[in-house]
Amino acid sequence: MNTSDPAAQAAETITVALVGSGGSGVMTAGDFLLRAASKAGWYGMMTRSSGPQIRGGEAAAYVTLSSRPVDAPSDRFDMLYAIDWKNAERFSAEIPLDTASLIVSGEAGATVPDAFTKGGARIAELDVKALLKDVSGGRPNMLALGVVCTLMGIQPDAVEDVLESRLGKKGAMAIESSTAAAELGAKCARDLPSFPKLSTPAQNGPEHWVITGNQAAGLGALRGGIRFVAAYPITPATEILEWMSPRLPKVGGNLVQAEDELASINMAIGASYGGTPSLTATSGPGLALMTESIGLAIASETPVVVVDVMRGGPSTGIPTKSEQGDLNLAVFGLHGDAPHVVVAPTSISDCVFTTQWAVHLAESMQTAAIVLSDQALGQTISVIDKPADIAFATRRLVADTVDESYNRYALTGTGVSPMSLPGTPGGQYTADGLEHNPRGTPSSTAEDHAAQMEKRLQKIVEFDYGSHWADIDGDGDVAVVTWGSMTGPVREAARRVDPDGSKVRVVSLRLLAPAKPEWLAEALDGVERTLVVEQTHSAQFYHYLYSHFGLDTNAEPFHRPGPLPLRPAELEAKIREWTRQ
Amino acid sequence: MTAESAPAFAAKDFKSDIKPVWCPGCGDYSVLSSVTKALAELQTPPEDVAVVSGIGCSSRIPAYTNCYGFHGVHGRALPLAIGLKVSRPDLTVIVTGGDGDGYSIGGNHFLHACRRNVDMTYIVMDNQVYGMTKGQPSPTTEPDWESGLVPGGTRIRPFMPLVVALASGANFIARGFSGDPNGTAQLIAEAIRHPGFSFVEVLSPCVTFRPEQRNWKHETHPAPVEATNDRGRAARRLATDDGFNTGVLFYDNRAPYMPPVDANLTDVQQFDREFAV
Repeated sequence: MNTSDPAAQAAETITVALVGSGGSGVMTAGDFLLRAASKAGWYGMMTRSSGPQIRGGEAAAYVTLSSRPVDAPSDRFDMLYAIDWKNAERFSAEIPLDTASLIVSGEAGATVPDAFTKGGARIAELDVKALLKDVSGGRPNMLALGVVCTLMGIQPDAVEDVLESRLGKKGAMAIESSTAAAELGAKCARDLPSFPKLSTPAQNGPEHWVITGNQAAGLGALRGGIRFVAAYPITPATEILEWMSPRLPKVGGNLVQAEDELASINMAIGASYGGTPSLTATSGPGLALMTESIGLAIASETPVVVVDVMRGGPSTGIPTKSEQGDLNLAVFGLHGDAPHVVVAPTSISDCVFTTQWAVHLAESMQTAAIVLSDQALGQTISVIDKPADIAFATRRLVADTVDESYNRYALTGTGVSPMSLPGTPGGQYTADGLEHNPRGTPSSTAEDHAAQMEKRLQKIVEFDYGSHWADIDGDGDVAVVTWGSMTGPVREAARRVDPDGSKVRVVSLRLLAPAKPEWLAEALDGVERTLVVEQTHSAQFYHYLYSHFGLDTNAEPFHRPGPLPLRPAELEAKIREWTRQ
Repeated sequence: MTAESAPAFAAKDFKSDIKPVWCPGCGDYSVLSSVTKALAELQTPPEDVAVVSGIGCSSRIPAYTNCYGFHGVHGRALPLAIGLKVSRPDLTVIVTGGDGDGYSIGGNHFLHACRRNVDMTYIVMDNQVYGMTKGQPSPTTEPDWESGLVPGGTRIRPFMPLVVALASGANFIARGFSGDPNGTAQLIAEAIRHPGFSFVEVLSPCVTFRPEQRNWKHETHPAPVEATNDRGRAARRLATDDGFNTGVLFYDNRAPYMPPVDANLTDVQQFDREFAV
């Protein structure tokens, strides 16, 4: 809303940054802001940014609220609210401000760093310390919550509702002091410069959920039937494991914390061999350790799901920030010819579906499925429409009764052969990473090797993936091909240029491997120019499409590594230029 | 014959028809035989037994049995078996492997499997050499053993598996010798019966790369004292014995690990509620 008087009209979307030093509670304030807005019917998302400290240290919460679904980071910030300014410059590159932006300094007498004021934002100051003098137990972050909610037009009862539900465990005193601080903030807001109010959200829409991508992946896994998880903690994937851990026993499953990722992938394979759909979740360094054993799952045809919540790499890289640099590892990282499945969620909401689908694919094809999520999807809290409840007929082909002729790796014509589970009399076989004959006996003959290689490839190539292989929106002769967390910014940019979807086609690949060049060609039929958008330094996705999907030679990569998100405005400019021609 | 006098399963019922890849005279033939004898003694149906292994000569055992088997990757047999056992507690799970697989590449899993104490039996056929790759020093090799890979010897003191197992929390520790297949079968049967993580180290000569190990038949001897459940006493014995004491050397009664089970099962759809605004 770049207007001369920002308060003159209601804004469809407003983005706020809350910053503060360790212990100031900005994450809590951001979380409550998002939840209060959700209670009042708005959509939104919150991303977190923090320094390298384990606990404490400066932190920033970026909250976007809107009357329509939000699937991309904002181009700019309408407000920066600083509880204090200690080390706040660290975040300046992440918080673009301009003349329409408002900076609220909660630290009386402090100088706002130049990095924030150079764009010409208006500045207001609150002497929070003095204001809270008479509020027993009142904290600056709750005052900030009151200020921000009031400026944006979020009703006080929604704020009270959130304080009661989120602070209930801390007791009546905590609720009372927080409410008092928030009310005081609401009062202060009236004296601050004018600020746009959020436009009224649609009523009677679908049920809304507040969820992170990591929780959504955990839910999708349970919906898909995962009942064993082996876990080794790693940022930014740990929340999947922590969300699943207390819930698995409630559905008859369990989680084991392993000693390392080599153990966790093998525990998952062992459990799956026993008949239990199994999963592990990790990030790039963990996936690198697991690749040898993922090959074992493929060779022994034991279903397993591995979720990789990608972070900045290589090596330890930037563990708390997003990047899509594990694509090559997930697709090509296995030794030998090891056909497997790689899928990627196209949004936070889609983490439910895609993880559930991955379970379905792994179980149906008796192979390994890697889910490539990332930090931006995994750790962002989002207010979304309730994801659809999709029921796949997920059934592992099991040999319930066997006779003397039973061969575990029989050549069935589909590539999938019935698996006998331990306990089944007469079905005994040895699952093996060694090449084997149909019976499972180790074999190094050319004939057996060729037949089993073909079996393992055939089942994956010929599987019916339905229409789930990609999300395709819009039509026209300009196409943007993308994947994962880049889908949100691409969709937002395309919507701005082409609201009715007649000029720009957005293709987000959910099925990354096996490569399906014929499906992409069909999706791009009639397209004259193709932009390939991804968050990597070396344009991995572009090169993959070029080498394995027959991508047109005049397609152009649009790529940048993390940690800064790709913002819709950058893409919008590019797409606008192309659609004008 | 009455039902009581006719056991359902003989040792041969636990053997497959696959011919082992081992060299003539390898100690592992006897260990395979001891495993099948132990299973016959326990009368566990072959389909209710899973034999899990990593990589190496001795790790080939699963396919030579008539049980369910998993021949996994090098060093990862224990986590593979743990995943199977915790999700299928009804199965009898036996892990087999060698000293390189278990103490070197899989060393970390060995420590944590002892700690975790899942109800399973781990049989290590220790021949103090990497045989499958044709004669390199393993963690239990003497420091001055000459080899092409490390001329002049490793100059590293040998790993002490039983001491490490004790310190890490193994619930049952025994040492056997492949030259005594009946005695080893008894140890294995007892290890399987014993709840929790049971560790059986079997001295199993590699006649090809360590021909001097043929002499082990003269060096091994039953432990001169009874098994102890006193960790301090066991520590002293295991740290100071000559490496050739056979028999059950230590046992404990720690409760086996099992993940929590919830008696009140619910439907996955119940979790939808926690996300609703």
